[in-house]
Amino acid sequence: MGNHSDGSPNHSGTVATAGQNEVEKFQDPGIPPHRLRLADTDPKAAKRAERQVAILFGTSVVGTVIFLVAYFAIDLGDNSTIATIRLQNALLGVGTAFAMLGIGTGIVHWAKALMPDHEVSEERHAIRLEDDRQAAVRIVDDIVEETGIKRRPLIRNTLLGAVALAPLPALAVFGDLGPRPDNKLAHTMWAPQDGKLKRLARDPDGTPIKASDVTIGSAFHVIPEGLNDLHEGKLNEKAKAVVLLMRLDPAALNPSPGRENWGYNGIVAYSKICTHVGCPVALYEQQTHHLLCPCHQSTFDLTKECKVIFGPASRPLPQLPIAVDDEGYLVATSDFKEPVGPSYWERDMHERSNNS
Amino acid sequence: MSAATTAEAPAYTANTKVGRITDFVDERVGGSGILREFGRKVFPDHWSFMFGEVALYSFVILLLSGTFLTFFFDPSMAETHYNGSYIPLKNVEMSVAYSSSLDISFDVRGGLFMRQVHHWAALLFVASVAVHMLRVFFTGAFRKPRELNWVVGGVLLILAMAAGFTGYSLPDDLLSGNGLRIIDGVIKSIPVIGTYTSFFLFGGEFPGTMIIGRLYTLHILLVPALILLMIVLHLFMVVVHKHTQYPGPGRNDGNVVGYPLGPVYAAKAGGFFFIVFGVIALMAGFFTINPIWNYGPYDPSPVSAGTQPDWYIGWVDGALRLMPGVLGDFHFEYVIFGYVLTLNVLLPALVPAGLVFTVLFMYPWIERWITKDNREHHVLDRPRNAPTRTAIGMAGFTFYCVMWAAASSDLIATHFHVALNDVTYWLRALFFLGPIIAFVVTKRVALALQRKDREIALHGRETGRIVRLPHGEFIEVHAPLDEYKRYRLVGFESPVPLPAVPNEHGIVTRKEKRRAKLSQWFFEDRVAPATPAELEASHGHHEAVEAGAGQRTLSH
Repeated sequence: MGNHSDGSPNHSGTVATAGQNEVEKFQDPGIPPHRLRLADTDPKAAKRAERQVAILFGTSVVGTVIFLVAYFAIDLGDNSTIATIRLQNALLGVGTAFAMLGIGTGIVHWAKALMPDHEVSEERHAIRLEDDRQAAVRIVDDIVEETGIKRRPLIRNTLLGAVALAPLPALAVFGDLGPRPDNKLAHTMWAPQDGKLKRLARDPDGTPIKASDVTIGSAFHVIPEGLNDLHEGKLNEKAKAVVLLMRLDPAALNPSPGRENWGYNGIVAYSKICTHVGCPVALYEQQTHHLLCPCHQSTFDLTKECKVIFGPASRPLPQLPIAVDDEGYLVATSDFKEPVGPSYWERDMHERSNNS
Repeated sequence: MSAATTAEAPAYTANTKVGRITDFVDERVGGSGILREFGRKVFPDHWSFMFGEVALYSFVILLLSGTFLTFFFDPSMAETHYNGSYIPLKNVEMSVAYSSSLDISFDVRGGLFMRQVHHWAALLFVASVAVHMLRVFFTGAFRKPRELNWVVGGVLLILAMAAGFTGYSLPDDLLSGNGLRIIDGVIKSIPVIGTYTSFFLFGGEFPGTMIIGRLYTLHILLVPALILLMIVLHLFMVVVHKHTQYPGPGRNDGNVVGYPLGPVYAAKAGGFFFIVFGVIALMAGFFTINPIWNYGPYDPSPVSAGTQPDWYIGWVDGALRLMPGVLGDFHFEYVIFGYVLTLNVLLPALVPAGLVFTVLFMYPWIERWITKDNREHHVLDRPRNAPTRTAIGMAGFTFYCVMWAAASSDLIATHFHVALNDVTYWLRALFFLGPIIAFVVTKRVALALQRKDREIALHGRETGRIVRLPHGEFIEVHAPLDEYKRYRLVGFESPVPLPAVPNEHGIVTRKEKRRAKLSQWFFEDRVAPATPAELEASHGHHEAVEAGAGQRTLSH
């Protein structure tokens, strides 16, 4: 009687070999004899169970009353506080819970303690009878024959064609669910308007930022000047234009050729929209000069032009070229040189057309 | 006997008013026949059958509480300034949708309670659907004839997630808005049609002014209607198949043992609805869920740290977090023929979910092909008695859980004071290794449990009574099982690997060889149920002990 593998290749890991070739099995002894419950034999116990069920139903009534009292007696007037709402909410919960649990546990207790608990055996029947199948086949054959669809291919083919084309209008009416993307994603509000450069303004109040306000180590959440005056599509523009402004020791920045004058005195601006799936990259780790996206933890290194150093993003954050105007305010010298935010199929095309 | 006389046979007349009304209806709808068919229909009973009930009941509660919410919610994205009773947001610019959600919370009596009931019920709904599916998988209830109902269940799981996500986004708060932002990013990563799909979904650029209204239509009309349709199909098939039952004495594939629908089963199941409702009400009363007033209105600029989706979306979000965007010098986003392929988003968004659902939907057919088992099964498997299937299930479950945990990688890091990057590295490793470890461990545990069952069936259960034999040996007295308990431990099938067989042309096809290999893998490790002969032999062994010790039933 080996309980363990003999280790041979055929029995690799086979744990029990005994009984494998024996057809003999234990016979089903049938449903175990029914055991009576206390309430079945002792009338006192039955009476007790009855009372318990009634008490549970009674609790439900109490719960309903609690709910009604909490609903009508607690007034959410103009001067209600959070505490009032919390109290009412808790009482409504308690009331409903008692009302429901009272009924529920009462019924279940009734069923378990007092209703007959004899297990019954019922036979299963075949889901499909062969007789039915043959009859069904005959019926289908007759139906097909009576339509004559096999004998008249012209009718069949024209019907198939018509049915195949009929849903097209249904698809077409959804064609205007949204406008065509064109190159809307390629531009932001930062593009100079009528030759006037856009100032960098604080998010959310929209006051412009002076270069002298930006001390080393500080960070600003930035929106373009004039964003708050928009009435249509304000959030759409904001979703593309938000920027993080930081000032580092200019020696820590390593601008690549062509980008040397995109910052000002160590002040640099980068798009705040993550190049992964578009969450705001809102966390600035001042000591390490890292930007972290709280959604999926993409990490960008500010000293390497926001190159990805960790996480699921694959592309650096786009940099906004900035300078200072005559009054000392920070301005964007142009729009982003590439589309901001999550990548999309036509992104590279848009980037090339932006730069040409 | 003419037709006239049969028509004039004494007609039944009810004595009471209620009886007459019942009879009126019955004559017109044939209720007696229905009651005769279903009134005493037998349902097997087991605690694990309740998960499906929880799902059904939480759906009913969702319909009730959701209807209430629609009376007050306004899905408009028009701008407004808040003027309700929640002081911190006074005069803040926000959408009408967010403002009306705040009004439901603070200015509609019982509104906050209803919102919380609705949200808790939704979380419970998806959870119970998922746990119910795990139960069905691990007990093999998906086998013939229930494969199609398994598929319907899978569709219900997807619909439940869709219902959850569309509803979660409706209040237009900061948290759910960032969720939509992520969805937008994922959609934009789809090659060729991604940008268009995003513009069509949002009615233009993100976030636009359409999305909440559109999600609202999906959430209160289309998705629940589909769920309802699937539930009807699901229950219809349950009636056609009759319920499965756990193995045990008196239960076999030809019968169904349990309580009659009326009164016991109906009472238990009906009472359970109220219990589920009561528990949800308790949670809604005491535990805050989705406090949108803390998040503020949606704004593309701010985001709070520790953002998390509702639990059922977590695994997809976690997959997004686990994927590295750059590996060494290789960027997963690259340009091909002038177009951008964003694999760092596309792969984690589609591949794990695609894999999980493909295997989930196809599994009944995969196992059927490997085992060549085309019989109907109405008696469930205990998970330990199907070690390989149980191990596959646990591997899949682990795969899911690793991604799910990854959605909280930042919270794991802050709560356990470990580096965020390390958490991600570990989870990346577990993403691949976790399922393998889970498979091996589960299979070994299942086999060990089977061996324990065998041991108990043959030698009885340990009584904890230590006896010293005259010659000094200590033994523990084992009590033999009665035949019913023993049958629970031995009444199962233990299939052996099916070698490849030639087809009708006498050729063993490659496919058949592959199948045979898989069959070997599926069944090679097995513990056969104890047989009467073995029990006899073990008794013989007892005899020896008894003869030596003079004890009645001893064994070791």
